Amino acid sequence: MKRRIPLAITAVVGIVYIFQYFVPHEPVSRFSDWFSDWFGIITAFAIWLGALNLMKLSLLKVSQRKKDWGYALVTIIGFATVMIVGLFFSRGASFQEPGTNFMYLYDNVYNPLSSTMFAILAFFVASASYRAFRARNKEATMLLLAAFFVMLGRVPVGDLITREWLSLPHWLWLSNWADWVMNIPNTAGQRAIMIGIALGIMSTSLRIILGIERTFISGE
Amino acid sequence: MSRKTLPIIIILAMAITAGAAFAQIDTTAEIPDSTIAVTAVSQRLPIAPAPVSSVTAKDTPNDAGKSITINWDLSPDDLGGRKNVAKYIVLRGTSPTGTFDTVGSATAGMHSVSDAQAVDGVDYVYKVVAISSVLTPEGDEIFAPAESGLSNVVHSSGQWFHLVRMARIFPWVLVIGIAVLFFINAAKKGKKLYVRPIAGLVEVEQAVGRATEMGRKLVYVPGTQDMDNVQTLAGVTILGRIAKLAAEYDAQIDVPVSRSLVMVTAREVVKEAYLNVGRPDAFNEDIVRYITDDQFGYAAALDGLFVREKPATIFYMGAFYAESLILAETGNTIGAIQIAGTAMPAQLPFFVAACDYTLIGEELFAASAYLSSEAKLLGSLKGQDVAKVLMLIVAVVGVILATFNVINIADWFKIG
Repeated sequence: MKRRIPLAITAVVGIVYIFQYFVPHEPVSRFSDWFSDWFGIITAFAIWLGALNLMKLSLLKVSQRKKDWGYALVTIIGFATVMIVGLFFSRGASFQEPGTNFMYLYDNVYNPLSSTMFAILAFFVASASYRAFRARNKEATMLLLAAFFVMLGRVPVGDLITREWLSLPHWLWLSNWADWVMNIPNTAGQRAIMIGIALGIMSTSLRIILGIERTFISGE
Repeated sequence: MSRKTLPIIIILAMAITAGAAFAQIDTTAEIPDSTIAVTAVSQRLPIAPAPVSSVTAKDTPNDAGKSITINWDLSPDDLGGRKNVAKYIVLRGTSPTGTFDTVGSATAGMHSVSDAQAVDGVDYVYKVVAISSVLTPEGDEIFAPAESGLSNVVHSSGQWFHLVRMARIFPWVLVIGIAVLFFINAAKKGKKLYVRPIAGLVEVEQAVGRATEMGRKLVYVPGTQDMDNVQTLAGVTILGRIAKLAAEYDAQIDVPVSRSLVMVTAREVVKEAYLNVGRPDAFNEDIVRYITDDQFGYAAALDGLFVREKPATIFYMGAFYAESLILAETGNTIGAIQIAGTAMPAQLPFFVAACDYTLIGEELFAASAYLSSEAKLLGSLKGQDVAKVLMLIVAVVGVILATFNVINIADWFKIG
């Protein structure tokens, strides 16, 4: 019973979702909205499971002085500070309005930290590109050449070289090469991947709806 | 033309231009004051454009009702003529002689609007007003409207079936569904099915074994999206297979997640895996732990974990966004074996560049079936391959037909 009920719910919801794609009439057309609302409600309640788990593990780490317990302490202090400031020192329900203490923390602590993490991406792109573009074999060399033309074609100096300095014909301008690489081989590859993904999703959905794939409800 | 005559011609031309300018000033000076005032006012008042024609209204097809689509032929002064149409206003009434209310508007050049406030079963008539406008020096806008004739009488209603989707998508769903079911059935009956090896999945066992040998952690990241995302579902399913291997090899597995529901589901899956290999004692609930819902907070926590604990193996299976490269590059710098799988096309190049193996798109969805080696699941993969072959045939035939200008079958796949 523990497995049959979730399987039945999964099958019914899956079939209804397929059905409502082809049936626009009410109430069928509202089903997906209802399911989304239900999911949102469940998620809102479930957040406490996650938050409590995080606090439990962090408190254990600190109390038992486990390795790297200092980071857990920062987590606890951060969690408690934001919650207390948000609940008791930020004008209650309007805590998200500009000028509240909660928004002060959000704008001056959370946002800079988030932006810092995002900014690191620029350096990682550089290091990953360096590794990817090393001409180790035929494929990597092709990748290197394609990247070279696309990068150069996307900046003004590319056309300056081919159009102004070398006076090459229109079809040899680097911007045109870059556009060709992006629009023809790149789009073709992307579409092939997208078709594969669509088929993969269909196949996975069928396996789940039919109850063939049941690992996710711990029922192998 | 000689060098001597050229300066003379230039001087003459300048003289004529100056004379004409003088004459113009002079003429204006003779206009009575009242005429100047009228000219000034007429410059401020907009001239009404020609009205639109052929206003038709019809029930919006393939919808749940409550919507009527109104079409019209553009005013002759829209794209041509005076080119003074600023916008179109669509008015609705319940009788030709009754009052009309505004239900929509369109910018110049547009010839269609949907009225999404209709009540099903109620008859309506529509008219479209073409409007031109000018701004006064005071900043006020003055309008000049031109009203069209009435449309036909129409009422909205909901349709039970989306006919375009039924005609263009449903056959594909049916064909692919039948192909998958056929091969699942064949596999059930004991038919041997060949599934091509996928490098990333072949290496899974070695990657888990490596973590055991090195006595280091194996970290599994099931993406950053919630359980309503099919990629997360695929990620959690693969986790079940990998947790089983980890339990068999006695590898230390760590599953930090970014969603509470994923935590609950993944915990059950890992627990089941440990039970299945007869090692319930080795299962600890804290193997699966929640970090944060925040994208970069999660990335920061994992980066810290990677750098401090230096896991031997890292799996990324699920939906990822910008954090993909932040995680994979950090994993790369600590020398971990990394196997990634995602169906987010924009993140695939990052994983390919930073990981040892990457499951591209559909391979993520095939991974669970592949790792389980269960006949039924492998059968579904075979069905998927048949669908792919069909798609390929249609694509090739479509390219040939379009190239020779016979027919553009791409239109058959548009669902509007």
